[in-house]
Amino acid sequence: MRLDCKHVWPYISDYIDDTVTPEERRAIEEHLEHCEICSAILDSVHNILVLTADDRIFRLPLGYSERLHERIGAELAKAAPGDSPE
Amino acid sequence: MVQALAQEMEWIARILSGERDLFHELIRPYERAVFLTAVSVLRDTSEAEDAAQEAMIKAYRGLGSFRGDAKFSTWLTTITLNEARSRLRKSARVKVESLDNTEQAEDYTPFLVADWREIPSETLEREELAKHIERAIEGLPPTYREVFLLRDKEEMSIEEIAEALGVKANLVKVRLFRARMMLQKQLAPYLKRELPQRRRWFSWLGGRA
Repeated sequence: MRLDCKHVWPYISDYIDDTVTPEERRAIEEHLEHCEICSAILDSVHNILVLTADDRIFRLPLGYSERLHERIGAELAKAAPGDSPE
Repeated sequence: MVQALAQEMEWIARILSGERDLFHELIRPYERAVFLTAVSVLRDTSEAEDAAQEAMIKAYRGLGSFRGDAKFSTWLTTITLNEARSRLRKSARVKVESLDNTEQAEDYTPFLVADWREIPSETLEREELAKHIERAIEGLPPTYREVFLLRDKEEMSIEEIAEALGVKANLVKVRLFRARMMLQKQLAPYLKRELPQRRRWFSWLGGRA
């Protein structure tokens, strides 16, 4: 199995999640080995994922946890849990 | 992991039989995830906080209906998605984006750049990059944004996301691929180039598997 650049791109996401088949993996890695463009794309996608996972992206609002537990506390004092989420 | 699940099931049983205060402990590990799930739908962080609170209250009220077929975290995610989506529907400010439009094929050609290297963590010190990233994520079509944040922010598995959203795993993968490529295209130009270094993509793969 031999891949061109544009055939590699659809696999980048699955490759990162490690959900490609061993044969696909071999073909992708063989391509990446000699293709600077695709390996740079893979690096950039990976880095965006690393950045996204960082706690500084979508920080929790200040006092979020305190307000949440206060609200829960008020609810717990009011009623026992039931069996319907609505 | 298995132990944590057993612990949760035990706590849930105790809460249902009267030890209500344990609910605080039960949800503590998921506070952040519930907020982020709400953000994935609503974008606005103060609305997301309201939705997160309401979802937690609904989870408490409906705790008796949790049967343990799914993980508690997945059940909580589903409740949060429903709560956030119903708020979104009520919000007149948001125009309805139909599924048909967002599932159409778009241009997924990546941003091409040769010899591109980046050291991620320090770059977030640049405040404006964090803003670019948040805005790019907020700008994704809703169905892509949900899947992207659940997977790449909350680190849920494809199967868990499929279960929480009530869709097939393959659809989750397709949306995830599109979301990631759209972000790559938008954000790659903002990431600064570093001096070439030895490629390491084989080593980081192990960490995510």
